Amino acid sequence: MKIEIEQDLFENEAKLAAANAELMKKRGLMALNLMGTPGAGKTSIIKSTARLLKVPMAVIEGDPASSIDTDLLKSAGIPAYQINTEGVCHLDATMVADALNHFEIAPRTLLFIENVGNLICTASYPLGEMIRVVVVGASEGDDKPFKYPDIFQTAHVVILNKTDLQSAVNFNLKRFYEGINSLKPKLPVFEISCKTGAGLENWVNWLAVQVAVYWAE
Amino acid sequence: MHELALTEKMFKIILDEAKAHQAKQVMKVTIAVGELSGIVERSVEAYFRLLAKDTIAEQATLEFNRIKARLFCIQCQKEFTKDSRDFTCPDCGNLARLTDTGQQCLVESIEVDNE
Repeated sequence: MKIEIEQDLFENEAKLAAANAELMKKRGLMALNLMGTPGAGKTSIIKSTARLLKVPMAVIEGDPASSIDTDLLKSAGIPAYQINTEGVCHLDATMVADALNHFEIAPRTLLFIENVGNLICTASYPLGEMIRVVVVGASEGDDKPFKYPDIFQTAHVVILNKTDLQSAVNFNLKRFYEGINSLKPKLPVFEISCKTGAGLENWVNWLAVQVAVYWAE
Repeated sequence: MHELALTEKMFKIILDEAKAHQAKQVMKVTIAVGELSGIVERSVEAYFRLLAKDTIAEQATLEFNRIKARLFCIQCQKEFTKDSRDFTCPDCGNLARLTDTGQQCLVESIEVDNE
């Protein structure tokens, strides 16, 4: 006997993510999915943002192993919850739902979900976030939009970090923007350096507007 | 890339369906994989064998149908099937966008034995 199923696995993930979105809305949380390669500066961006943005923040942290990032965040006074994926290359909606169950977060908190460092797999798994942020470090090269188109075209905002290294690593800013613009014209890009603090204010101001709009609804 | 996580989810769907139809054995599973989904068939096969051991799906054969990717060029406002290895539009040479076609991973059907 043949049984037709026709079930798309990613469609199912979208449903689970929608349930998370609903739950977070009820709890008054606004979530960002922070994606990027390992070492792009995702945790540094969270710490820098927390210093400048006067909004309660919390972090769900995804890593294959260790609690290095949660320890860093907690010592900076930011509540954080660690998910260890034990080798899995991305967070998924089920893992985030489980974290939300265990992690007590006050209403009206901006929740950063720091994904596993990866530009491929993370793009395929929605978590229920409001904003999808892609972080690129200048030291990784200007060709990222050409090599990983999926993650850029599903992003709401791109952060180019480590701009202080641009000339040292021959980062071609024009080429980077050419890639992004052909995939998603008008995608906001913030050029920052967590090390020098350059450009952070623009990013934080943009984020403050998104937060205000979300909580006004 | 993340075949283990995917195959586990796939396997659950397959077993749930088979049990819902009182199947004694799953003979065949047909899976459709988009060419840009990044899913490696031989990894799915390998994980499936591990998961299926000592279950009613142990003897099942896996068949993969590949779905060709469609790309969309914003500049030309044109969709095309991706044949080459790159993502550039054949007309204008700009980087084209991915569409949903080619990124799917579906469990299409299963064949079961109720005897």
